[in-house]
Formats: sequence, structure tokens, C-alpha cells
Amino acid sequence: MLNLLIAIPLVAAIAILLGACAKKTALLATALNLILTLFLVFQYDQAKAGYQFTSSVSLIPELKLAYFVGVDGLSLLMLLLTSIVALAAIWVAPQVEKLERYPNLYYASLLFIVAGVTGAFASLDLFFFYAFHELALIPTFLLIGIWGSGDRLGAAWKITIYLALGSFVLLVGLLALYLSLPQAVRTFSIPDLQLLALKGGIPQTPWIYLTLLVGFGTLISLFPFHTWAPSAYASAPAPAAMLHAGVLKKFGLYGLLRVALPLMPQAAHHWTNLLLFLLAGNILYVGLVTIAQKRLDTMLGYSSVMHMGYIFLGIAAFNPLGLTGAALLMFAHGLSIAALFALAGAVRERTGSLEFSKLGGLAKPLPFLGFTFGLAAFAAIGLPGFGNFPAELPIFFSAFSHAGNGLAFSNFQIVGVIALWGVVISSVYMLRGYRASFLGEPNPRWAGIADLCRCTRPAIILLIGVLMIAGFRPQLFVNLVTPTVKTILAAPAK
Amino acid sequence: MPLPWIILFAPLLSAALIILFTQRYKNLSALISIAAVLVSLAASVGVFLAPEMQPATAQLPWLDFSSLGVNFRIPIGFTLDGMSKAMLIVVTAIGALIHIYSWGYMADDEGKSRYFAGLSLFMFSMLGIVFANNFLMMFIFWELVGVSSYILIGHWFYRKAPSFAANKAFICNRIGDFGFMLGILLVWVATKSVDFETIKTTLPTLTANPAFLPFATVAVVCIFCGTIGKSAQFPLHVWLPDAMEGPTPVSALIHAATMVAAGVYMLARVYFIVETSAAAMEVIAVIGTITALGAALMATQQNDIKRVLAYSTLSQLGYMVMAVGVASPNGAMFHLFTHAFFKALLFLGAGSVIMACHHEQDIWRMGGLWKKQPITLITFLAGTLALMGIYGFSGFYSKDAILIAASEHHPVLYYCGLAAAFLTAFYMTRLFVVVFFGKARTEAAGHAHEVSIVMWLPLVLLAIPAVVAGYPEIIHRFLPTPAHEHSMVPYIASGMGLAGILFGVVLYWGRAKDPIYIPLLANKFYFDEIYALIVWNTQDLLARISGFVDRWIIDTAIVRCLASGTYGAGFILRFLQFGNLQLYALLFGGGVVALFYFILFFK
Repeated sequence: MLNLLIAIPLVAAIAILLGACAKKTALLATALNLILTLFLVFQYDQAKAGYQFTSSVSLIPELKLAYFVGVDGLSLLMLLLTSIVALAAIWVAPQVEKLERYPNLYYASLLFIVAGVTGAFASLDLFFFYAFHELALIPTFLLIGIWGSGDRLGAAWKITIYLALGSFVLLVGLLALYLSLPQAVRTFSIPDLQLLALKGGIPQTPWIYLTLLVGFGTLISLFPFHTWAPSAYASAPAPAAMLHAGVLKKFGLYGLLRVALPLMPQAAHHWTNLLLFLLAGNILYVGLVTIAQKRLDTMLGYSSVMHMGYIFLGIAAFNPLGLTGAALLMFAHGLSIAALFALAGAVRERTGSLEFSKLGGLAKPLPFLGFTFGLAAFAAIGLPGFGNFPAELPIFFSAFSHAGNGLAFSNFQIVGVIALWGVVISSVYMLRGYRASFLGEPNPRWAGIADLCRCTRPAIILLIGVLMIAGFRPQLFVNLVTPTVKTILAAPAK
Repeated sequence: MPLPWIILFAPLLSAALIILFTQRYKNLSALISIAAVLVSLAASVGVFLAPEMQPATAQLPWLDFSSLGVNFRIPIGFTLDGMSKAMLIVVTAIGALIHIYSWGYMADDEGKSRYFAGLSLFMFSMLGIVFANNFLMMFIFWELVGVSSYILIGHWFYRKAPSFAANKAFICNRIGDFGFMLGILLVWVATKSVDFETIKTTLPTLTANPAFLPFATVAVVCIFCGTIGKSAQFPLHVWLPDAMEGPTPVSALIHAATMVAAGVYMLARVYFIVETSAAAMEVIAVIGTITALGAALMATQQNDIKRVLAYSTLSQLGYMVMAVGVASPNGAMFHLFTHAFFKALLFLGAGSVIMACHHEQDIWRMGGLWKKQPITLITFLAGTLALMGIYGFSGFYSKDAILIAASEHHPVLYYCGLAAAFLTAFYMTRLFVVVFFGKARTEAAGHAHEVSIVMWLPLVLLAIPAVVAGYPEIIHRFLPTPAHEHSMVPYIASGMGLAGILFGVVLYWGRAKDPIYIPLLANKFYFDEIYALIVWNTQDLLARISGFVDRWIIDTAIVRCLASGTYGAGFILRFLQFGNLQLYALLFGGGVVALFYFILFFK
């Protein structure tokens, strides 16, 4: 099953490169993937929990390296996110005729990202976990460099350096982790490593965890390694921004939850205060930077960086509320930012610019875009009714469960207060941005621009609809990740 | 299906139906919305009349972490006590009348479907606050009323002023909610619960410890921040007058009768927590008094009919908050109850005046309307007298309940309350005289005529409770009222009211323009200007500095450093300078894999 899930986009990508009808093939592949993923979600035995649908092929037995896939609730949630965003991204991608350069390569790149990220979320072997992510990164650089807008080469250059170095640091960390094990128990199998960790068999070396944190952190745009993100998202074609900000970026967080935290909980504890400091930077400092933005696309890019701070807070809190909230927010943020980038892309297509000073009054000629952008913006700033709210709420409570002494707040509580103020900051920039673009008196230049085509609307409705399901019935998603959270917390923390 | 569910979900269903299916059929949308509110009203009356509802055990689970061993449960539950039942009647009855009135007022509006969807969403959110049996359910619906208020203030979003006003309202509310959520978190830290009943049982053991007091004070003040935002108390009062940019029925329902009163309702609901800290109550009383008096002062110099009423709403909300602060939550709820009726009446009356004068809102461009709009005149008069607290009208009883409580606790606050009562009578007389008497000062006012029956019928129906809602025989069916003691306060307050009327008539009878001009009051104590300056010099300045740092220091410096410093980056750069990204990307991917193998096999 999982092999199929990875193979479909790969095969489709190759078929497109060989000349198959690009958009139809890609749509078919991602739709199939979504159906398959839904099937997996419903077939997953929640009572039994643990990794299911596993299959493995041993490649280098002496190194215990194998192609090994399998999923639990957390990876299923990520796969669900991947297939939903993938379908929507392909759906909103421009028709082949409208692409000036290499249309087939464009669609193939998108599908390679999908295949890579699906593989990364499904892999239970460290090597493939890493390699699949690399497979997804490379087409991202291509998409920005070839089909981007504005200073596309500069942006591609920057994201490539940052992410390449981030991946490199991560690689060093993973190898160091592998080599720090006694020769006899060395393995690439994540489940085996987790069992080892439960028995206390993994050396808790602080600097190895720090390397992993910086490596994963760069991929997630942890402050101060974040500046690649806004320019890349501003330049990237909308489907690439959707896939990267929505899904691929979650790989780093997933890596923390799947590998770093369960294997090295005590080493993680060593760096809690550092992480708190950095994530406060994500929320407060990047939040302020977001307010200062003068363009819709960089504003959305920075806002996505800022919201990573909330996920980090849940991870740092390392308790049931925090980890569950973080997992939920990874899902909800992925959907909301994908919707926002899709809509911003549609606006750019119509207006030619995303500078606030050149926009205004767009909701009148573009009612569907205006309405759905409003919904996605409300979701992003954490209003009830959308998945982001029930994800952020437990994160706040997770920070406050690290009790201080009465009014002498603990570091967690102080950062919790900052995170709460971040909610005000995000409504300031989001509402200002929304007002500047969509509200107010319509610009005469908007005469004759057309609303989002009816055939593209289902993609947006899909994203927002799932966000609303997550907002009204968050328990469905909580139940899905509960066993994983228990597993992570089972490792001895101190 | 239990009645409370029907009350709560009928409006949500209506909003969903309108958004999904009937956007193009404006009148159908309006009918769906009106039908939904009537269903809620009927069910509310049913709940109210049901002799003893068994305590509502029906709960909808929303979020529950008990399977993870954490006591963090947020159900959508239902509180059914006297207070929530009275609020149900207020919200659904006034809501129904305003829905019907909107049929007339918004008849030609192109966004009618959106408008009625917004109203339905608002009804759902507001009823959720009324029913809330735990802090987080209240917070959820608290945020949702904020959203519906944003949508409705910004109904005419293609104009500049409403779109700014909507943002201002939302952001002010969010600032208040920051404190509110912090308060909820602190209560949770202390009691490990967000459920009102559970907190009520655990609180006594905590308060037995005097060391808990400062904690309780901070928590209560934080919770009160929610009220400051939602009920537009000083210093976050600035959003409410601007919110008048929304359609007038919205101002009546949301920004006068119900939503802005939610802050007071919330304080009354958690009064058992509020009363644990005398210091926090002092803060509440003082903020309420400042708002009551300050807003009344500002109201005396406003020329827009809706803004005068908006400042008067602020001032009355100040009274209610002050009542909570002087330990009279019953007085606060009493005034909330009567105020909802007469203020909704006044706004709808203002709406019919505005409509008759072709969307003119400046009172100096009206005049002489008494002949042309007799029904509006009489009903508006009833509302005015109720607001002034004249004997025989509902406001008299409720305002006196608050002033009596204040006089027992705090002489200074009591005198401020009296002064505000004088000012209330004064500015309402000014409004009434200028709008309805004298000569018609514009052509539009000269051609005014009475509005249609869908609009005047709600006025008449609201005028009845505006007069009688305060009568002891009636209010006792709804709410517990403070024990009536013999007191001089009602006489003194009535004296202040009469003096205000006299002063207003003498000053404004027959005037064509305002004989007095006090810049400080006309400019609302310059709050907007001061805040704009503060925001510009703090948040926006910090934002600009951070933006600069991010762009020119963190970004540039780090990239430079990486680019020139490390071999790896140099290696990458050289390829990039060829400009062949594809080649680079392939090499990069291959390189990583090769490196991996190299380390593994040749170490």
C-alpha cells in the first residue's frame, strides 16, 4: 500500500517527462494518492496503534540498512496533509498552455516533491527518511529558479544554500547519532532505535541533539535560520509554495517528533531553554517583521515562519498537550498556508503585483477569492471553527502546565505569554494585509478582472473544508495521534 | 432533540444554508435567517416557561485529552439557570425584532445575503456565550462574536471607513482576549479545570490560603481584560464608536444590546471568582466608573446621531461594570436586561430617522421630524426617558439599583455615577430636541416621512419592554434583583436627571447650530490620536526596526558569512555562478548520497 503511495507520483512524474499529458496525469496521480491515503486512515487499527502497513526490503544487512516503510497515527496525519495539499497544488497549477517554459518538467517537479515527501513520512529507515527528503528538496529549487517570479534566481540561490547546509548539518547529526551507538546495536531502523531508546540504550549526547535541532530547525525556518523562507515563498510559483510551506517544511518538525525527541529525550531536555529562546524569536521578532512587510506574499511567508514558533512551543513543552497540539498544528497550518499561497498566487495572476500599495478593493470584483482568503486568514490567525484553533489552544495550556511558583512564572509560562501576544500580532498583520488587498474602494484598474474559475474552486474548498472539519471535530485528529504521543513520552525524559 | 440544541444550532444552520446555497436569492436568505431566529425565540420561550428543566447533562464533546491522562476537557455544554434564561430571552427576542426590521432597512442592499448570514452567525455565537458552562466554550464563542462583529461592521467593505473600523474592532477585542486567555490559563494553573462548576467547588480550599490572594488578583484582572475588550471599557473603548460604520440594525443588536453586554454577562457568570479579590474588584469598579463618566462627557459633543448613542452605550456599559465592581452583579444584570431593550429601541429609532432623511446621520441636518414621524417620535421618547432613568421607565429601576450599591460601597464612584446620570439626561435631551424639534434644516429632513410597518412595528414592540421591563413584578420573573431598601438615592438621581433635561432644553431649544463647542470633548479626549501615536512609536517602530535587521543584518550577514567562510558554501556558490541550477541540483543530490556512502563504507 505505502509503496504504491510513493510509486504513483514517481511513475506519473516519469510518464510526464516522457510526454504524457501533464496536468491530467498529475491530477489523476494525486487524486489516487488521496483516495489511497484515506483508505489507509480508515484501515489503520487505532486500538492496536503502533506502526502498520509495514513492508521492508533489506538492502545492506551488515549495516542494518533497509528500505522499510510503515505508518502510525502521526505519519498518517502527515500523509493525509501531503495528499490533500498535493491534489490542491496540482489543481491550481496553471494549464500547460500557460506555462512558458518546460511545462512537463514543471508538473514532474511537483510530483517529485510529492513522491519525496510521501516517502519521507512513510519511511521507517533513517537513510530513506533522509534521502526521500532530499528527493523532494531538489525539485523545489528548480521550481523557484525556473518558474519563479521577481528575483527568482536570488531566492533560489538563498533557499538552496540554506537548505543544503541545513540538510548537511542534519546529515552530520544523524550520522553522529548512528556512530555513537555501540557497534553491536547500530541500526537504521527507526522502530528498533526507538526500542533501544526505551531501554536507555542510546547515549544522550547533548551536542548531537543540538546538531539535529539546528539541522531540522533550518529546514523549519527556526529563528535565526529563517530568512530563506519569505523570499523563497514570495518567488516560488504558487503550487511550489503550497507544497513547500504546507508540507515539505513539516518534514523538519516530523523529524523532531519521529527521530530526535523519542531517541534523545534527555539530550533534548538539555537544550529546552535555548529552544524556548529561539522560538520566542520566531513568534515575537518574526511577528514584528511580518507587520513591517509591504507585500502580500512576503507577509504570508513571514507569517508561516512565525507560526512555526507555536509548533516548536508544543514540542518544547514535551507533554501530552504540547505534542498533540504541535501535531495538530502541523496539519492545520499546512492546510491554511497552502490555501493562502494558492489564493495569493491567483491574485498575482490577476493583478500582476502583490504590493499592498498597488492592491485594494479586490473583494468587490473577486468575491470568491475575497471570501475564501478571508476564511483562510481567519484560520491562520487561530479563530475557532478552523483546525488551527484547537491546535494552538492545547499548546498554550502545555506551556502553562510547566508551573512556576505562583506569580513567579517559569520560562515556559513567560514564552507562553509571548505566544499569546503573538495572537494579537498575527491578527494585526493579517487583518491589515487583508484590508490593504481586498477591502476598501476598488481600484479602477480592476475593471474586467475575473474571479477564480469555477473549475479551480474545488481545490480551495477542499483545503478550507478539511480545515473546518478539523475545527469542528478536532477529536478525530487527536485520537489519531494519541498513541504516537504516548510513545514519544514513554522514553525516560530526565 | 433537547431545546437548547435547537436554540443554539438553528442560527448556525441558517448561516450555513445561506453561504452554501442561497447567496444569489437575497429574499430567500433573509427569510431563512428570520425563520431561524424565530425558531430560536420559540425554543427559548419554551425553555423559559418549562417549570424546572433538569440540569442539562446533554453535552457535545469537542476536545478531550483524558485518553492521554490529562484533565483537559472542553465540551459544548449548556448552562440553564435564571441568568442564562433571561439572557436567552433578551438575545432571541431583540434578535428576532432586529432581523425583521433589517428586512426593511436592508431591502435594497446588494449584500443582503451576506448580511443575513452574518446576523445568523452572530446569533449562534452569542447564544453560545449565553450557554457556556466552561471558560473555553465561552472563549470559543467569544471569538466567534468577534468574527461576526467584524463581518457586520465591515458589511460595506468597499468603503474606506467601515473596513478600517472592522479591523479596529477586531484588534481591540483581540488585545482584550489576550488578557482573557491569560486569565483562563491562570485559573487553570490554580484549579486544573476550566469548568465553572468544578472551579466553584475547588476555589474555597485555595482562597483559604492568604498567599493565593495576589495570584487571584492578577487572574481576575486578566479575565476582566476580556470585558474591557468586548464591552469596550476604557482604555479599549475606542472601537465601539467607530463600529457605528456598520448598518444601523447591527449597531442596535450587536453594538448596543447584546454582544457588548457579553463582557458584563461573563463577569456575572464568574462572579464567584471575581469576588475572591477585593483589589481586582476595585480595579473593575474604577474602570467602569471612568468609562461611565468619560463616555457621557464625550457624548455631549457628538453630532452623529449613532455616535451619540454609541457613547451612551459605552457609558451605560460602564455603569454595569461598575456594578460588578461594587459587588452587585445582580444590579449589573438588571441594567443589562433593561438597557438591551431601550438601547436597541433607540438605535432602531435612529435607523428610521436616518432612513427618512436619506441616510443623513448629522443631527444638525435633521430637525422638525416630530410631525413627520409620529411613531418614531413616541417610541424614541420612551427609549430616551428609559435611558435617562426617569421614574416609570425601565432604566429608572435598574440604574438606581446600581447607584444604591455604589453609594453603599464607594462615595466617590457614587458621585461620578450621579454626574454621569446628569450628563446622560443632558445629551439625550440635546439629541431629542435637535432631531425632532425646531425647523427642518435640510431638504431631506423636510421631505421625511414615516417608515414602513416592518420597521415601525419592531419599534412599538421594543417600546413596551423599554417602559415596563424594570417593574419589580416583571423583573422578578427573570432575574434576582437587589433587595429594595429605602434609600434617598432614587430621589437624588431623579433630581439629577430632571436637571439634565432642563439644562438641555434651555440650551438647545430652537437652535440651528451647537451653541457650545468644547474641542477636548468633541475630539473624544484625543484618544484615537494618542493611540495612533503610541502604536506608531512602539509596535510599528519595532516592526520597522526588526524588518531592517532581518533584511540587512541577519539575512545579509549570515549569507555572506556562509558564502565566503565555508568550503561547502563556496563549492555551491561556484556552481551557482554558472547559473545552471538544474545541474547544480542534480550534483547536490548525488553528492549527498555519495557522501553518505563514503562515510559509511570508508570510515
